[in-house]
Amino acid sequence: MTIEQERNLPPRAGFLNGVIVPEQPGKNAIEVRRVRKVFGTGEAQVAALDTVSVSIRENEFFTLLGPSGCGKTTLLRLIAGFDFPSAGEILLHGQDIAPLPPFKRPVNTVFQSYALFPHMTVADNIGFGLEMLGKPKAEIKARVGEMLKLVKMEALSGRRTSQISGGQQQRVALARALAPQPKVLLLDEPLSALDYKLRKEMQIELKRLQHETGITFIFVTHDQEEALTMSDRIAVMSAGKILQVGSPHDIYDRPAERFVADFIGETNFLKGTVVSKKSGVATVKIASDAMVAAGFPDSFEPSGEVTVVVRPEHADLIADAAKGTVAGTLSNVVYFGTDTHYHVKLDGGDDFIVRHQNSRSSAVAFEPGAKVGIVFEDGGARILRD
Amino acid sequence: MTNAVSQAALFEAKAARTASRRHRLLSMPALIIIGVFGVLPLLIICIYSFLAAAPYGGVQWKFSTDAYLNFLFQRDIFDDTLQFTPDFLIIYLRSFLFAVVTTVICLLLGFPTAYFMATRTPAQRNWWVLLITIPFWSNLLVRTLAIMFIIRDEGLINDVLMGLGVIEKPITMLYTNFAIQLGLLYSFLPFMILPLYASLEKLDFRLVEAANDLYATRRQVLWRVIIPLSLPGIIAGCLLVFIPALGAYVTPLILGGGIHLMIGDLIAQQFGSGRNWPLGCAQALILMAAVLVALYFYVRNTSGKIQHG
Repeated sequence: MTIEQERNLPPRAGFLNGVIVPEQPGKNAIEVRRVRKVFGTGEAQVAALDTVSVSIRENEFFTLLGPSGCGKTTLLRLIAGFDFPSAGEILLHGQDIAPLPPFKRPVNTVFQSYALFPHMTVADNIGFGLEMLGKPKAEIKARVGEMLKLVKMEALSGRRTSQISGGQQQRVALARALAPQPKVLLLDEPLSALDYKLRKEMQIELKRLQHETGITFIFVTHDQEEALTMSDRIAVMSAGKILQVGSPHDIYDRPAERFVADFIGETNFLKGTVVSKKSGVATVKIASDAMVAAGFPDSFEPSGEVTVVVRPEHADLIADAAKGTVAGTLSNVVYFGTDTHYHVKLDGGDDFIVRHQNSRSSAVAFEPGAKVGIVFEDGGARILRD
Repeated sequence: MTNAVSQAALFEAKAARTASRRHRLLSMPALIIIGVFGVLPLLIICIYSFLAAAPYGGVQWKFSTDAYLNFLFQRDIFDDTLQFTPDFLIIYLRSFLFAVVTTVICLLLGFPTAYFMATRTPAQRNWWVLLITIPFWSNLLVRTLAIMFIIRDEGLINDVLMGLGVIEKPITMLYTNFAIQLGLLYSFLPFMILPLYASLEKLDFRLVEAANDLYATRRQVLWRVIIPLSLPGIIAGCLLVFIPALGAYVTPLILGGGIHLMIGDLIAQQFGSGRNWPLGCAQALILMAAVLVALYFYVRNTSGKIQHG
């Protein structure tokens, strides 16, 4: 048996080879419908998941992103079958799997702790799922061989799992979960135990594996950078709810809520009052009495007190304070090599950070203490729901 | 410079010597205890077993292999020929049987119990361990006598059954093999549960989830993950039950009424009413040899399984 290569995959949504691939409705691998999960009873009852609905497409690299305790791991465990929802349905290719035990679901998991069997060799670990499915010995052997090759672990197949490094254990855990060719692969923060360099390597490796196997990946992480670089689509979660689902671009450039903007990347927040509105752009008066033109999501009618968000890289410094959208005093300049952060104390009292990409030609002309103006890119300022 | 190097080397060698002397010195208490309370008594038993019995107990300082011959043969009083008498052998075999049955049943009862305990919350676990160890707070003799009162003809069980009209005549349980087996199970079950619990408590239950995730049913998880990983506990528990059960003395004496002898009683007899110390010593050594052989095969088999999963 060979690993099926790219069999007429529906186009992926997201960013591929520098081209934005538009989202296209594919078939749904997993459909989570109004799922609630409550832990504890009576007074101590906690809703880990509060009526969550989300659809995950076939062959998609889907990420559940959120801070710890947001319910992302709970949702993953419900899909895997380690816990059962208090209410709602979980469909796998249209079939409700919510009541099935984990060993009856064609879904495999890569655990945060890897959970490799310490009493078995690398090869035995990888073959375990196939063995439990009752596959013939020859098939298991062939498939384990392929898997070892896929994760580049051929040389260590006879080793105990305690005799290999963390990165190697990670690969074995991946191979073990992929070997039975699951419909969906669940990954529960699998990279969190690795050091920075290895994590970067494995991120690329995971993308490669997903491409080569064509299996739907559902990836859980609290690392926003990891989510942005790897995912086709991301669901941002907080306090048991899904706040926004979209491509990394959507999530970053058009966050639907203040929490999403705050959690992903760095953001400047400016408090102000809506003065006027027309065709998707509102004029907001901020603390320094400056007027800021800000876009807002379709689903939302801003009025009164609002918060305007601006990404640090969507703003630029100009020397002429009067010509800036807002103005202030430069309080600090932080040099990062690839870019420079300018910390500005706005006239209204707000703090604002401008990120400027460094290049050889750009001479740094701004010194702390200088009066500066800040201009925003078109669409750089947005009003978000709190 | 060479001088400095050799000085350093000299100093290092001296330090190493002092360290090794200190290690030897520190291990002395342990070695003395093992020597005085372990090796020396064994040596005495070994020597005594090759001496002749004195008529009123004790030994005569005369080399003799009678003790070992008497284990299997009886000397005819009239023509001095040796006749094969398997009486002792039968007692040994019966003791082994008792010990094996005790070990197996303790394992079958102890494993689910230990698993149950290990899967409670940490606070609950401590209470369960406490409950399991409560029997140790009172003397084994007292507890065995209590069993006697429960199972005797006029005991609790028979009284209740007769009172309810289930039976007309009391069921004889005391002074039977059943009574001995019951007593052995009762005394040794905690020794099985505790090491099993220690082993299962350390088990990473995420591995159970992982196996479940990889299509293993509950039964497969038990045989492929839980049992192999708790094998050290199983081995320890079986040894802790089998060896003392084999040499059990109080339980068969009280519950078996001295009719159904086990090895422990037999050996004790030689030093008491039998007045044949060398025979007692020989019997003890033969028991020890048998246990060592059994252990050798048991550990070799099971640890092999740990190696290969």
